[in-house]
Amino acid sequence: MLRYLGKRFLLILPTIFVPLILVFLLLRLSPGDPAGMMLGDQATAEQIAALRTQLGLDQPIWVQFLLWLKGIVTLDLGNSIFFREPVMQIIPRYAGVTIMLTLVALTLAVVIGITMGLLSAMNRNKPIDRGVVTTAVLGISLPEFWFALLLIFVFAVTLRWFPVAGYNPPSAGLVAFASTIFLPALALGVRQSALMTRMMRSSMLDVLNEPYITTARAQGLPESKVIGQYAMRTAAMPVVTVAGLSAGYMLGGAVAIEIIFALPGLGRMLVEAVGRRDYPLVEGGVLTISLVLAVLNLAIDLIYAILDPRIRYQ
Amino acid sequence: MSAHLTPLPADHLSPVPQAPTVLDVDNLSLSLRNADGLLPIVTDVSFSIRQGEAVALVGESGCGKSITASAIMGIAPENAVIGGTITLNGKVISSLSPRDRRRLCGRHMGFIFQEPMTALHPTLSIGRQMTDTLRHNLGLSHAEATNRAAELLDRVGIPRARDILKGYVHELSGGMRQRVMIALAISCGPSLIIADEPTTALDVTIQAQVLDLLEDMRREFNLAMLFITHDLEVVGDFCEKAVVMYAGDVVERGLSADVVNAPTHPYARGLIDAVPAHDDGRTRLTPILGTVPPVGQWPEGCRFAPRCTRADAQCQTRPALERHGQTDARCWHPLEGIQ
Amino acid sequence: MTTQTVLSVEGLSKSFRAVKAVRDVSFTIPKGKTFGLVGESGSGKSTTARLVLRLVEPTSGAISFRGRNLAGLSARDLRAERRHMQMIFQDPFGSLNPRMSVRDTLVEPQLVHGIGTPAEQLKTAERLLAEVSMPRTALDRYPHEFSGGQRQRIAIARALATNPEMIVADEPVSALDVSVQAQVLNLMRDLQDRHGTTMLFISHDLRVVQFMCDEIGVMYLGEIVEQGPRDRIYGAPAHPYTQALLASAPGKGSGQRARLKGEIPSAHAVPSGCAFRTRCPHAFARCTTEKPVMRDMGGGQKAACHLLDGTPAA
Ligand SMILES: Nc1ncnc2c1ncn2[C@@H]1O[C@H](COP(=O)(O)OP(=O)(O)OP(=O)(O)O)[C@@H](O)[C@H]1O
Ligand SMILES: Nc1ncnc2c1ncn2[C@@H]1O[C@H](COP(=O)(O)OP(=O)(O)OP(=O)(O)O)[C@@H](O)[C@H]1O
Ligand code: SF4
Ligand code: SF4
Ligand SMILES: [Mg+2]
Ligand SMILES: [Mg+2]
Repeated sequence: MLRYLGKRFLLILPTIFVPLILVFLLLRLSPGDPAGMMLGDQATAEQIAALRTQLGLDQPIWVQFLLWLKGIVTLDLGNSIFFREPVMQIIPRYAGVTIMLTLVALTLAVVIGITMGLLSAMNRNKPIDRGVVTTAVLGISLPEFWFALLLIFVFAVTLRWFPVAGYNPPSAGLVAFASTIFLPALALGVRQSALMTRMMRSSMLDVLNEPYITTARAQGLPESKVIGQYAMRTAAMPVVTVAGLSAGYMLGGAVAIEIIFALPGLGRMLVEAVGRRDYPLVEGGVLTISLVLAVLNLAIDLIYAILDPRIRYQ
Repeated sequence: MSAHLTPLPADHLSPVPQAPTVLDVDNLSLSLRNADGLLPIVTDVSFSIRQGEAVALVGESGCGKSITASAIMGIAPENAVIGGTITLNGKVISSLSPRDRRRLCGRHMGFIFQEPMTALHPTLSIGRQMTDTLRHNLGLSHAEATNRAAELLDRVGIPRARDILKGYVHELSGGMRQRVMIALAISCGPSLIIADEPTTALDVTIQAQVLDLLEDMRREFNLAMLFITHDLEVVGDFCEKAVVMYAGDVVERGLSADVVNAPTHPYARGLIDAVPAHDDGRTRLTPILGTVPPVGQWPEGCRFAPRCTRADAQCQTRPALERHGQTDARCWHPLEGIQ
Repeated sequence: MTTQTVLSVEGLSKSFRAVKAVRDVSFTIPKGKTFGLVGESGSGKSTTARLVLRLVEPTSGAISFRGRNLAGLSARDLRAERRHMQMIFQDPFGSLNPRMSVRDTLVEPQLVHGIGTPAEQLKTAERLLAEVSMPRTALDRYPHEFSGGQRQRIAIARALATNPEMIVADEPVSALDVSVQAQVLNLMRDLQDRHGTTMLFISHDLRVVQFMCDEIGVMYLGEIVEQGPRDRIYGAPAHPYTQALLASAPGKGSGQRARLKGEIPSAHAVPSGCAFRTRCPHAFARCTTEKPVMRDMGGGQKAACHLLDGTPAA
């Protein structure tokens, strides 16, 4: 089991480093002097030279790369140019929101997906099934921001059940937190939940035809156990796979949602940092998102290994 | 169903007349409801099995053997419409609610499949599958159920039973998987075992081992057994009685020695002649012409008529299952019943 | 003897990494005769067939077909030689191209080997259909429109299309119902009588092999442990495995059933000495340390077992 997870971790490493190296190269190799661009037109030559030294831009590129690598490994990404404080102090202020948003959205998507998929499969070709399938098709074709605006309009503006925008951290109390995270998470999760519904429905229908389900019935196990344990166990596996992909997709989609709901998250921070040419902060943001993605994927692999003993031995 | 004209007591052939009847199937029919209406799959199946007795259900692919078994177990497809009477240990079970039918599964009837690889759960341990059954049906505690499961595996000839309990089906060989399946089927002390082609997927030497084991179990627990197969040679060795099916119908029924050695129905005769038997030195086999008509395309009258060399005008009317010589056959012009 | 040898296989072996699928197999097939291979699942029957067809490369050993060493042939010569060696497989669903009409299926091999004009090719196709007792109307239909037995007839007709010297048939009737199996077996024998085709016939069904074959090789764990004329193998089996195999077959009353213990070991770990010793009821010390050699039993029968030492060649 540990060996399996170790192997998965090695496979995940590139997903952390490839985006980082891309960012590194993009910043260093793009035409123009990054230090000059960062400081703007009014900067003096001394200021620019000082920043170049601070960022190590006066060194040859391979030295820069080694310094950069050292910075990543020691988690010292330097100071933000705009905020003038260490990147590693700024990131946590924003990362919490994004991670919460993604986690809640993923949970919502999985719960909705599995419930709806199951409901649909158990009532195959009945009105409930048709309703769910049609809704899922709609859900897949709606873009997130569209759905976000719709949710804001209905639940925040018209019904006034939720605030229109803003964020309360979990430390502010569960209700306060939930009231600000629910709508954004729903907006972010709805498309993925529609995908998962379809996945769950078809895999459940397949599994119900498997001989081992007939065996479970022939052994006298009650239908609730046959479906809830014997069938669910195998039927959920494709959904878990989809959840892994969805997590990455949601981290990307979080940018738009954070902006629409005015959430102080990494997505919004990144967009602003890019606008201000605050490159150390950009690097920090990308690193954090890659790390979160890697951890999420490892968690999915772990769930997979728990669900399917066969892969532990491969 | 007017064809069921012969109210023969189905057990008049039994070699163990003193034993009580465990399963009685009377005029069982099954149709599947689809968009075009009802599609008949099985019509008029009747037989009975006494305690300690094995009855073979024989026939070619698609003749309705498995679906008959599923109707008896109460696990037929949802769109199945089932007719007739099924009696288990003197109690009519065909009229019970699905819930009550399910309660009989495991405790009173055990089921063994052809392909244990797919019939056992791929990602639940062998032990979990066995203890779930034992705990649910017999109300055992986890520890009791585990002990009993280990005893059962031991009994069916699986070495290192405790380790196997922690293992999964893909780690076992074909023969071991089928032993696990047998242990599972007998685990809650059923009086009837339905085995659906339990050895078809196995090599001959393993098939012999598994047949031995099934026979041991049958003797030891005095089980009634419905043994589904397409291999007539296994029937002769293993079963007291045989029921031959063709296109959803019982076409011949009797003691297996009689059915195998002196069948009276032309189809049963044809099946026996078609197999290249050992040592007969034939240079040509005697095949049955044509192919089995698919469900929904059965001819009127005798369903075997298009392939039958004895067919005549009378065969346009459906024959009833009647006594001819030593066996019951559904045929207007039965064979002499001599070898 | 003046009979011409069509196929001769000498010391053929094949390993797939650690799996020794076929070990040191030798046999010859005279013209117009059928050589049968029997044995349990995984004993190497199909691999031997694929080696003979050179669909896989042997690890060692020689195959000579019609007096030519197949191993030495160039890809081009090999393709030309394939015209004379056709194959029939177990699965009539998988071996026919679902998008090819029966006409195309029967014409294609002739096209590939440049046999005849288009008109002649079509004529051959019609004649082949008649030979396998299928109506002419079948020409324009597709595989899925036929039953399993009919599909196998088409596969046989296709194998005959190039008028081959030899046919390799791997479990050709195993997927068929007994009533249809008899039709196909009769057909194969008739065609062989008519055309004098040589045949390598593989089956795990002892009854079918007895019906079809003149000479039989019994395989266990990749080796031929006994071979000889049909009547010797069935009437006076010399090797304990052959004896057990024959005695395991149903149809003799359960009291007569042989009780061979255990299962065939994995081809990853072939037992030392005699490969059969882990299951052999007669195994003794020497069987663990020394590998038995093929011993001539007279009358063309050969078997590899220490018990046969000192048995005078009758
Ligand atoms: N769920 C189903 N829906 C539609 N048709 C079905 C279903 N189950 C079985 N059938 C049909 O019912 C007929 C009988 O099937 P059954 O599985 O009982 O055959 P069988 O005698 O067990 O054959 P085999 O030897 O191949 O197992 C077949 O023609 C099959 O196609
Ligand atoms: N391509 C391959 N790669 C690895 N192993 C293989 C391959 N093909 C065959 N084997 C192995 O070689 C051994 C012999 O296989 P083969 O298919 O020849 O047996 P067989 O006698 O035809 O069995 P069956 O009756 O099941 O068809 C088996 O252990 C099999 O797993
Ligand atoms: S009733 Fe007629 S067609 Fe049917 S099996 Fe008997 S003789 Fe043949
Ligand atoms: S050599 Fe030994 S183990 Fe092998 S078959 Fe002969 S007696 Fe049995
Ligand atoms: Mg079946
Ligand atoms: Mg094979």
